[in-house]
Amino acid sequence: MSEIATPVQPQRAQRYGLRNYLQMYAVAARQAVIEQLQYPAANMMFMVHILIEPVIYLVVWSSVANSQGGAIGGYTAAEFAGYYIIWTLVRQFNLAIGPQGFHWRIKEGRLAAELLRPVHPLLPDLGYYLGYKIPQTIYWLPMGILLWLLFKPEINPVAWQIAAFPVVLMLAFFVRFFFMWLLGLVCFWTERVDALFELYFAAELLFSGRLVPLEVMPVWAQNVANFLPFQWTFYFPIEVLLGRLDLPEFWPGVLAQLAWIAGGYTLVRLIWKLAVKRFTAVGS
Amino acid sequence: MLRPLKLFGLFARISILNEVQYRANFFMQVLQSSLSLGTGLIVLNVVYSYTDNLGGWSQAELLAVYGVFVLMSGLIGSLVLPNMWAFMEDVREGRLDFTLTKPEDSQVLISVRVVAIWRLVDVLLGIVVLGVAIGRMGLEASWWLAFAFAATLIMGMILLYCVLLLASILSFWFVRVWELMEMMQSIFQAGRWPVGIYPDWLRLGLTYLIPVAFAVTVPAEALTGRLTPELLAGTFVFTLVALFVTRRLWMFGLRNYSGASA
Repeated sequence: MSEIATPVQPQRAQRYGLRNYLQMYAVAARQAVIEQLQYPAANMMFMVHILIEPVIYLVVWSSVANSQGGAIGGYTAAEFAGYYIIWTLVRQFNLAIGPQGFHWRIKEGRLAAELLRPVHPLLPDLGYYLGYKIPQTIYWLPMGILLWLLFKPEINPVAWQIAAFPVVLMLAFFVRFFFMWLLGLVCFWTERVDALFELYFAAELLFSGRLVPLEVMPVWAQNVANFLPFQWTFYFPIEVLLGRLDLPEFWPGVLAQLAWIAGGYTLVRLIWKLAVKRFTAVGS
Repeated sequence: MLRPLKLFGLFARISILNEVQYRANFFMQVLQSSLSLGTGLIVLNVVYSYTDNLGGWSQAELLAVYGVFVLMSGLIGSLVLPNMWAFMEDVREGRLDFTLTKPEDSQVLISVRVVAIWRLVDVLLGIVVLGVAIGRMGLEASWWLAFAFAATLIMGMILLYCVLLLASILSFWFVRVWELMEMMQSIFQAGRWPVGIYPDWLRLGLTYLIPVAFAVTVPAEALTGRLTPELLAGTFVFTLVALFVTRRLWMFGLRNYSGASA
């Protein structure tokens, strides 16, 4: 730590209009698309890396279902297949900057440059990850079809559920995006973040429906899940397209998503203010 | 044969001397490993709450599979993977040239340089889980069982070393190999469960492409008395072939490597 600069304050040189913001999102999004389409092989491998996780769960739970006479927790083996194949699509959409990425960005001093820009660093991130969905969906398609043929899933959505799915999918992304950002902000206070990240992802695994549909989890886990944001990023959108949710369960779910987005956004704003005050950049 | 072991001992000593300076890292690793072990056990328990038999494996036997998985992750994570990352980094940064000028065998050198000692926490945890599983299975100890388990464990580790090195060698030709390594690490997660439960196409891949079957399921089979002498012999032959192929491809890769620092 040879040179320690003075804390950098976010600048507020001029007010930006909606047009400028939209333009900025579009640029960040286009950058994501161009960047990712350059590396098809690497991206296909990344896709396998993401897909192997639900395939393992799918195999385990459908063999458990089969050994128990065909169904557990109201899911048959074919419905488990449907659940986990939709899972893979939801996963593409709820991908957001991981806390490790945030850690890297602070450690390498990248954040210093980002702070000098006249926009909040959250916004280009948001644009980038929204644009990222386009190549991700393109790379996902062949894999999704392959999984569909291999595991012969059963899903029964009606028209409104199909129409609502893209909406809850985007809301799921926003919930996860804000909470991942929040977790990343911890790096402003400490370098030793690995154990904390591990705890966060363990909680997400158990209480989001990422591991297994929440109905299959023990009752204590379902109760805990109700107090956490995780189920709105996996379980809820999956269940919508699976056709297992009726309108009386759907609307409260959307409201919960909106509430968690509002909560996450407020927390990010509050903690960001404290965080930049602590920030000292290293290097030039 | 002894020389690589001696080199390994030397480098391990340096790594340990380096790492014990940062004792806080040990406690962080304990915390992290316990968290991931706890999560794994909760998952196993959810499965147990529905069935006591998965693909012919009882609860205690599944726990043994998980124990071998944790043990093997610790071994690979402390002894093999850090070396592979360092090697790929060296190729990219042009530092491999310095290794090549040393009078020792280059494959040995790049394979034994780093020991991430704190990851050995997972080895200990794996042994504890295995101990509990063995207690629950009511296993009768025998020399054959102990020998078969130790032999399959070592061969499994060698096989994983081979495929990981093969993947790393690709960095002689390609720039972005880390996605491949990440992919292989996530495929290794399939080893939490006995490979017999997977559909055929996946099981074949997990046996020959990325030998999760040999690394985790076969040692667990040895421990639960399912291993036949034929399978043991087959594993031995497969390990020898893999070592030979890896060696040849290493030489081939080196001939293609043109250096980057000059």
